Amino acid sequence: MSDEGNKATRRTFLLMVIYGLWSLMGLALALPAAIYLLWPPRPRKEREWVEAGSLAQLQPKTPEELVFRRNRVDGWKISSEKATAWVVKTSDTEVIAFGPQCPHLGCAYHWDPQNQEFLCPCHASTFSIDGRVTAGPAPRPLDRYEVKLEGDKLMLGPVHKSEGPPT
Amino acid sequence: MKALKQTLIDWVEYRTGLESAVKNFLYEEIPASSGWHQVFGSVAVFLFLVQAFTGLLLTFNYAPTPGEAYNSLKYIVTELTGGRLMRGLHHWGASMMIVVVVLHMTQVFLFGAYKKPREATWMLGVMLLLLTLAYGLTGYLLPWDNRAYWGTVVTTQIASQAPLLGPYLTRLLGSEGNIGVVTFARFFALHVLLLPPITAFLIVLHIYLVRKHGVAPLPGDAGITKKFFPEQVFKDTVAIFIAFVILFVLAVAVKVPLERLADPTDTSYIPRPDWYFLFLFQTLKLFRGSAEVVGSILLPTLAVVALLLAPFLDRGTAKRLAKRTVAVGIVGLAAIGWTGLTVTAIVTTPKTSTMAEGEQTIIQDWQELPPEALAGIGYFREEQCSTCHNLTEGGSKVGPALASTAIRRTPAWMIEHFKSPSQLVPGSSMPPIHLSDAQLAALSAFLLKLTPKNSKALESAPPYAVEGAMTYQANQCGTCHTVNGEGMKVGPSLNGLFKRRTKEWVEKQIRNPKSHSPDTIMPSYDLSPREIDQLVSYLFSLPHTKSISIAGIEMQRYLQGQD
Repeated sequence: MSDEGNKATRRTFLLMVIYGLWSLMGLALALPAAIYLLWPPRPRKEREWVEAGSLAQLQPKTPEELVFRRNRVDGWKISSEKATAWVVKTSDTEVIAFGPQCPHLGCAYHWDPQNQEFLCPCHASTFSIDGRVTAGPAPRPLDRYEVKLEGDKLMLGPVHKSEGPPT
Repeated sequence: MKALKQTLIDWVEYRTGLESAVKNFLYEEIPASSGWHQVFGSVAVFLFLVQAFTGLLLTFNYAPTPGEAYNSLKYIVTELTGGRLMRGLHHWGASMMIVVVVLHMTQVFLFGAYKKPREATWMLGVMLLLLTLAYGLTGYLLPWDNRAYWGTVVTTQIASQAPLLGPYLTRLLGSEGNIGVVTFARFFALHVLLLPPITAFLIVLHIYLVRKHGVAPLPGDAGITKKFFPEQVFKDTVAIFIAFVILFVLAVAVKVPLERLADPTDTSYIPRPDWYFLFLFQTLKLFRGSAEVVGSILLPTLAVVALLLAPFLDRGTAKRLAKRTVAVGIVGLAAIGWTGLTVTAIVTTPKTSTMAEGEQTIIQDWQELPPEALAGIGYFREEQCSTCHNLTEGGSKVGPALASTAIRRTPAWMIEHFKSPSQLVPGSSMPPIHLSDAQLAALSAFLLKLTPKNSKALESAPPYAVEGAMTYQANQCGTCHTVNGEGMKVGPSLNGLFKRRTKEWVEKQIRNPKSHSPDTIMPSYDLSPREIDQLVSYLFSLPHTKSISIAGIEMQRYLQGQD
């Protein structure tokens, strides 16, 4: 091989090593960094049920706003904070608890006893007593808490995003 | 495709001159005699960038106040995927940075590359070395564990000895009286706000000067040159890659310790600085009394001045390495001295750091609480009872002070009261506490132990012990084990566990008891790493036997009688 050719192959080799090693190092830093930032934290194992009130204080088919305290895992802290739920007793053994935020943009809605519907004051979404959207821009029904009854005690679990069409 | 790329490059070049700037940088003429001995500078710059990158990522999940700092770091390393790696890279990167910077300096020193006209480049380099050490010093406090706390106590004490400047330095570091929030805030600000931009600026200046004067040729270099790219860039890249692999392996394989939360009352802790400061630490021991300032301030200052002035002390013309006997001698002596001091410091460190827990001569009040009551402190904190209640009299709060009222109540009354406060105390505005009966029982157990005398001591129970006790209660360890005289005797008493077993052994025993004895009736417990860690630390903090703790009480009575 000629001297010129030798030089050219050597140069190609050097360039390949340079680009290769830098890509490798870039990847070795960027990939863990992305995982570190984007991966959800390992969940703490307890899944908490909180007592929100008693069945006796609820009137059938009349939504009631219940305020209770619950612990929220907030990064490295567990903070105890107030939470609310709109609770409807549908029968003696069944209760629905709605998350307190409108599924549209997160405003706090309330029960309008006159029209017998939930009304969000922000963009006038309305919901029926079982959480379906009856008017307005809300994209899905009201979110619900997991509910469990222990005798007379009403226990609430985490809120789940509702699925399906608004109505 | 190629044409498109060229058009794009031309477009950017015309508007910014970026391409010619990069080419200008890469195709710099350097002496043909440059080579592998000059890679260390590039490696140092690379490590600085890695430190900046990992530091930023750590800051994304870090709360820069004492206490919170510890919790958030624990969260980073135990709950975030990749968090341990990030901390590992940052921790070991700091150590490697020191090594590489010193290698870089040694090379420049040995080859006499600081000679005229490169004196300013050298002096900037010395400043960068000092900055690197300043990172080590300030970063050491940021985990806020015992190691961090006690290490910084020593550092700030040394700073306070500085002639004339001492009191001002102390005030500047916020370390009058004690290391606390102020010192922490200042160290954090220095570490992440002040030092990085200064370092970046000095690095740019340093590289600018290297370029201005050109890379120093070897003596006898005939003036032949070659291009920086790709020959030297290749060597730099390979060196950087080797350094990176070492760093990565260290970060993955060697666990960086996160000790107990900083405990200013821990009299048994033996503070040690990081390895690169050990030689200074050892120098300090050579001087006693009023001469101490010689070791702590005078000698280090002289060394820095000598380093800064090296180019002016050594004014001869450049010589081959083989003929620079004085320089080689100085480096050799420095290496021997440094190694000697460091090794002595390591050898003379008493190996008690893990065994010391629980062996304190004075047992704290919280250590004698039964686990149920200690767990009660946790619920007291979690429910934020202190928003409305003081433990002892003083300060106006909505609720009554608890140390003086709790004594008059029974546990049954308290539990009922916690569930619906206004039923037992009409007109009470206290909200009901939503805890299980067992948890409420723990809370009342704590309140019943409360007296005006011990309330302060109980309030200061460290979080790891409290949470450990909560885990102990939640898993009903007391149905088989005894702690501080409470519980059943099916299993062994857990007092003095630290004398019998290692932490690793206990952790394994909890996770999988059958691994130690196949016939055991102890069930296995699936706890999170954090829970295990706190539980074991708590168990290891228990006093050895009751007799020692009585001695502890006697001691405290004696001390109290003194004042």
